[in-house]
Amino acid sequence: MDHSATTPVDLRALQAMEPYLTEEYGNPSSIHRMGQAARNGVETAREQVARLINAAPAEIIFTSGGTEANNLAILGLIEAMPPQGQHIITSAVEHHAVLDVFTYLGRKGYDVTILPVNRYGMVEPETLERAMKPNTALVSIMHANNEIGTIQPIKQLAAIARHRGAVFHTDAVQSVGRIPVDVKDLGVDMLSCSSHKLYGPKGVGCLYIKKGTRLARRVYGGSQERKLRSGTENVPGIVGFGAAADIAGKRMSETMERLSDFGRYLSGSLQRLIPDTILTGDPVNRLPGHVSLCFKYVEGESILLMLDQMGIMASSGSACTSGSLDPSHVLLAIGLPHEVAHGSIRLSLGRSNTREEVDYVVQVLPGIIERLRMMSPMAEEGKI
Amino acid sequence: MALYSEKVMDHFLNPRNVGTIENPSGVGRVGNPVCGDVMQIEIKVEDDRIEDIKFKTFGCAAAIATSSMITEMAKGKTLEEARAITNKAVAEALDGLPPVKMHCSNLAAEALQEAIDQYQGKVKSNNN
Ligand SMILES: Cc1ncc(COP(=O)(O)O)c(C=O)c1O
Ligand code: FES
Repeated sequence: MDHSATTPVDLRALQAMEPYLTEEYGNPSSIHRMGQAARNGVETAREQVARLINAAPAEIIFTSGGTEANNLAILGLIEAMPPQGQHIITSAVEHHAVLDVFTYLGRKGYDVTILPVNRYGMVEPETLERAMKPNTALVSIMHANNEIGTIQPIKQLAAIARHRGAVFHTDAVQSVGRIPVDVKDLGVDMLSCSSHKLYGPKGVGCLYIKKGTRLARRVYGGSQERKLRSGTENVPGIVGFGAAADIAGKRMSETMERLSDFGRYLSGSLQRLIPDTILTGDPVNRLPGHVSLCFKYVEGESILLMLDQMGIMASSGSACTSGSLDPSHVLLAIGLPHEVAHGSIRLSLGRSNTREEVDYVVQVLPGIIERLRMMSPMAEEGKI
Repeated sequence: MALYSEKVMDHFLNPRNVGTIENPSGVGRVGNPVCGDVMQIEIKVEDDRIEDIKFKTFGCAAAIATSSMITEMAKGKTLEEARAITNKAVAEALDGLPPVKMHCSNLAAEALQEAIDQYQGKVKSNNN
């Protein structure tokens, strides 16, 4: 139940990859037959990924994943512009693969605005409107949030940026393959995705770059990927990504419907059965099957380990699980006090989850919370 | 490799001495400034010995396991002996803790010492 972290490789995607690890191991830059077979594999994948997000194949640049796509989008755009006087905007709930790039640029002297979100984790369009300046070069706001599942009003946000002449980028790593994503309908200039979140292999992803958007290269070397991403292509990975994207598109509406049902049932049951439970993120505009909750008076890592004992794998944004000893920036950005953020749990369902498994969570989680609350000095006092 | 030793998991999943004591001789309650957790230890003292000891903890598995372990180590000890239990000794008794978790193990000894201080403070003021 941790599909927002990663997903297993779909068997058909694996089968599509296999020849490119063995017989068809050619380098797509080679002129000979084997090189061209690899080239065909990569180009077919480019078409498959492009189709999933309604882009043209030439607008897809393969990368090593979502993180690199985000870095390329932001740094590539900034480096293609005159070095002075650029204002750039992002939100407080981004993944570190965006937020840390903005922090870096802030240190380098760029004018950086980090937009606050409302209590559901949404960037309100008026907030962006007010933050825009004549010299705003880039706005980067994620499509769906990994921790709290909130889906941002990208269409409206992108329109605001466009009207003011700024480039709009969205980190769609959590949404592509899970909900319909159409770059034309959203009106974005750049969009990042990652293969391992949509049942493809790890270590591969892509950046959609709308035709006419100028970026500077971030990696120097050969002329692969229109010189925007030098280095011999990860052919098997790209082929697997393409096949997984193809399958995701075909299964999307069926999977979405089932996972939305499961998610609503799981979230509703847990809130009903466990007192002092808070749903984090937007109750309606959220990823299907994404359930993020905070249980007061208990700590997330303890919950995770007890769930793990029962064979349930989940995640948490609590300070004790972070290694850095601060609770997640996303939970703080939606206004949760530290103590409440401490008790956060995310259950993210995927294709393989069954109704029985969802029922099993509903059966065991209330007991775990009760047990931990019996041990907690906060519970009896209702302190939080 | 698992995050925690088997001993830690055992004390986390089957914690000893959870709860509170009616009319405790001393209570120690400390908060963790690093990540905001709370640990509470209550003791019952008779003839300078810890007759009974209970804990309650709001925190991670390491925090719960160290609380549980220290109550086991302190039970039946004289106050002087109990006071001498160090964080290091608790961590060692648990077959070690991950480095990022060492700060939680500090809480247990602090809470116990505070409970003993409170009791001894009380005794002193009663004698006055
Ligand atoms: C919203 C978001 N952006 C970016 C990433 C990073 O993607 P990748 O693991 O492919 O680098 C993730 C995944 O952890 C994510 O959830
Ligand atoms: S109590 Fe927070 S890391 Fe242990």
